[in-house]
Amino acid sequence: MVDYGAGNLVSIQHALSRVGATVHEARRPADLVGADVVVVPGVGASRPAMAQLRRHGLDRAITDAVEDGAWYFGVCLGLQLLFERSEEDGAEMLGLLQGSVQRVPDSPRLPHIGWNALERVRDHPLLDGVADGAPAYFVHSFVAAPDDRSMVVAETEHGGRFPSIVASGRVLGIQCHPERSGSDGLRILANLVRLAAPDASAAG
Amino acid sequence: MIPCLDVADGRVVKGTRFIDLSDEGDPPTLAARYAEAGADELVFLDITAAPEARGTLLDIVERTARSAFVPLTVGGGVRSTADIKAVLRAGADKVAINTAAVRDPALIRRCARMFGRQCVVASIDARGRVGTSGDAPPGWEVVVRGGREATGLDAVAWARRLVELGAGEVLLTSIDRDGTRGGYDVELIRAVVAAVDVPVVASGGAGTPADMVAAIVEGGADAVLAASIFHRDLHSIGSVKEALAAAGVPVRRVPVAA
Repeated sequence: MVDYGAGNLVSIQHALSRVGATVHEARRPADLVGADVVVVPGVGASRPAMAQLRRHGLDRAITDAVEDGAWYFGVCLGLQLLFERSEEDGAEMLGLLQGSVQRVPDSPRLPHIGWNALERVRDHPLLDGVADGAPAYFVHSFVAAPDDRSMVVAETEHGGRFPSIVASGRVLGIQCHPERSGSDGLRILANLVRLAAPDASAAG
Repeated sequence: MIPCLDVADGRVVKGTRFIDLSDEGDPPTLAARYAEAGADELVFLDITAAPEARGTLLDIVERTARSAFVPLTVGGGVRSTADIKAVLRAGADKVAINTAAVRDPALIRRCARMFGRQCVVASIDARGRVGTSGDAPPGWEVVVRGGREATGLDAVAWARRLVELGAGEVLLTSIDRDGTRGGYDVELIRAVVAAVDVPVVASGGAGTPADMVAAIVEGGADAVLAASIFHRDLHSIGSVKEALAAAGVPVRRVPVAA
């Protein structure tokens, strides 16, 4: 779990531990070596988050880890950082996926805070056992706009529709906070562990 | 539906109009119980907020955050961006800023810039102005330090100002109603909801499910906060949600574990 000073690590750490993961905090590039999953959490704005990642060399370390076969799991800001640039503040981001980050389109009110439905666009193991339309907790004003729409697994409506889960190979991102979304959120995290570290999951 | 934990010296307490406190329990235990019962969020307010208690508070915030997998807003004694960072790192999802915003409004802007406005909650305690001479302006005044100090600020204008500075949510407490279980101040809620374009959480005065329906349907609040009616099992979270659903308010239904 990448710790770059962007808030709430405790709750997501605890939720991942609950579903059988062993969580290590990564503050330096070496901390990511050997990880099955690189989790990038985040509350906050893109530009300071990217500045923090760069200061510690973690931006390069994350992309290297993914190229070496680790899974990426981005939560909220961690999903947004996957893309190339943010219209929020002009930040250049990780660029693991093509597209940008923009304000929630046609939204009646921002930030979008509260429970909203994860509407399935296509099947994905991350959503195994989670009902279509399951409520999840969102706190954000910005969303990803992927160039390739086929990576969208679930969408959510708040005014306009936006991608709430994206998946491209081993690169996964979720706009809501599974660690704050009750039992359905824990199920999604359990599915992640099962996908990315099947041995650990079986042992747990 | 947001249960509130007013915490003093590590225990959940509740009084009337912020005084006459009584002990209601252990914060993490209550948090877990409310989350399982269907609470959509939790608010944790450190109402003693003594600087020397900060370390203890962060420990209790962390234990509370670990015990419930629903969002947690923490407030009380938050005075700087360093305080906010510490509270977020302890597991809070949002931070409520109250007295410190009156002392230093730019704190809201700095926090929004550093952490994103979505985690900055403007917490406003409002008291109705009483016009004894007939020439007092109508409306509500902002009070701080748990209602002990009047500021002269108009609550509606203050809400608008804090949102302009970067607050992503308003937690609006009627000090007149707080702890009375006599119903929310629906007029106050309506006035603030009309003035800002961010979610408004109504607080102060919840006594019955019908009060919550009124705060949302008539007041226009986005969420309702309550404390003593849950601490004392006067009403369940489920029964409140049933009342809201019956009134046509969209609510998150949670199957209650057997």
